[in-house]
Amino acid sequence: MTDTALIMKSIEYRIRLLGYIKKANAGHTGGSLSCVDILNVLYNRILNISPQTADDPDRDRYVQSKGHSVEALYVVLADRGFFPESDLETLCRFKSPYVGHPTRKIKGIEQNTGALGHGLAFSVGAALAGKMDGRSYGVFTLLGDGELAEGSNWESMLTAAHYRLDNLTAIVDRNQLQISGRTEDICALESLYDKFTAFGWSVRSVDGHDVTALKSVLCSTPFTQGKPSMVIANTVKGKGVQFMENIAKWHHGVPTDEQFTLAISQLKSRLQEVLV
Amino acid sequence: MSADSAVQTGRANLDVFSETLLELAKADKNVLAVTSDSRGSAKLANFAKALPEQIVEVGIAEQNLVGVAAGLASAGKIVFAVSPGSFLTARALEQIKNDICYSDRPVKLIAISSGVSYGALGSTHHSLHDLAVMRAIHNCTIIVPADNFETAESVKAAAAMSHPVFIRFGKRAMPDLHKPGARFLVGQALLVRDGCGIAFIATGETVIHALMAAQALEREGITARVLSMHTIKPLDDQAVLQAARDCKAVVTVEEHSCAGGLGEACASVLLQAGISVPFKIVGFPDEETVTGTQLEIMAYYGISPEGLARTAKSMLNRKRS
Ligand SMILES: [Mg+2]
Repeated sequence: MTDTALIMKSIEYRIRLLGYIKKANAGHTGGSLSCVDILNVLYNRILNISPQTADDPDRDRYVQSKGHSVEALYVVLADRGFFPESDLETLCRFKSPYVGHPTRKIKGIEQNTGALGHGLAFSVGAALAGKMDGRSYGVFTLLGDGELAEGSNWESMLTAAHYRLDNLTAIVDRNQLQISGRTEDICALESLYDKFTAFGWSVRSVDGHDVTALKSVLCSTPFTQGKPSMVIANTVKGKGVQFMENIAKWHHGVPTDEQFTLAISQLKSRLQEVLV
Repeated sequence: MSADSAVQTGRANLDVFSETLLELAKADKNVLAVTSDSRGSAKLANFAKALPEQIVEVGIAEQNLVGVAAGLASAGKIVFAVSPGSFLTARALEQIKNDICYSDRPVKLIAISSGVSYGALGSTHHSLHDLAVMRAIHNCTIIVPADNFETAESVKAAAAMSHPVFIRFGKRAMPDLHKPGARFLVGQALLVRDGCGIAFIATGETVIHALMAAQALEREGITARVLSMHTIKPLDDQAVLQAARDCKAVVTVEEHSCAGGLGEACASVLLQAGISVPFKIVGFPDEETVTGTQLEIMAYYGISPEGLARTAKSMLNRKRS
């Protein structure tokens, strides 16, 4: 798959996830749009997982700590064949397994997440087991930036560095926003680069919407032998839909019919631009 | 014989836990102990010396302890996450709820020095809420072993379980309650002594007190049934119902708050079965707990041979409605 094909996939994923959010009348729109390029690159270029190897002990692991952006994960997993995409018609319906946060009921999902500050500790455990057993799989986890205020993340960062887990990569979806506003206004996080470095991680920053750059960063882990890798992916919440970009209220906003039509038309014209 | 001397005749359940875990871990390299700077408190120093590759230290970080344990279990490890009950079930409750129970990771949560084992250290170190919160979380077996036998058996049973389990015990020496050949089954109360006057349904380190109360009552012509209700969830409903049918009154005993523990679980079974019997929950009232030794504190709240015998007699004087 060329990078152009990847770029097109990202746009298609955006169109689809918005469709399912619209249909369900629920979902975490802004964060799904900000992380979908990261998921695209992980699932289409980096992770050695497939529906056939979903239980293989040597598979790579992906754990979505920012579980609320599950719509992005669902469309990517469906595209990779983990389940029929038509299943997503039931998103958030009564008794549907496609609930508003990831669960292991869905093939391809490693761990139930949703409460914040949980994915990294789980990933540390999975990575540590890989080291113990001499397996070569990698463990990747996606953290929200607002989520970093949860102290449990920092506990787990200490443990990852202590055990020299260079088979572990954490990616921060650094979209600068959380539900009530800017991260720097709510609980200032910067300098994240310095903090992660001080915690013993090898850190790289990348444009989280540049699939070529993401691919090159994510395929060069570990950045340092003996250290866990941290990727600060600089992103835009609501990316791809102009009126959603950088607006906190789209954290879990559902577009009206008119907004939805406009959003889809913006994404489709972007798709045309890429094709040309 | 005073409670003090009786209680000091056996070995600590904590010691039995650590020995049993070491045996299991020697036999299977996938068995791991995960600790939060608790290897000393958990008597796992020998384990760490014998099997350094099978102990994972996460530092004083209980949330991390439970999350890491879930991740290890996801890769097929047989994980015993060991920490004082007070911290494990309060600090890390969300991790227990989501990472272990909701995600169905078969981690063995080991709550050491539970109840008021830490006595004079005060309420920060007491766990009198743990059974209540654990009962309300779906998908976790809850075991409170009373003696060395029940402890060894529950640890072995936990190792083989494919779903989450929570085991809590103290660190005080416990005398043997059961005859050789007794059979331990998760979810099945063990009959320590039979009788049809009063029924004591007790759990954990209170069972010996109930047994000694029964012995004292017998000298006064009152027979007492003593059940060790080691499994709090799933509760042995049949044993509770049978005790209420066979005996004139039921007294439950636990080193836990009266709210949400064994007593309320038994009351729920009885009331919903339409059985009304003179019934008393002996546990910790809703007040700031006094401090002292574990035995002093328990006796203050009526958990002693004398206190329980007194409660039993007052219940027998009540009319059955
Ligand atoms: Mg954010």
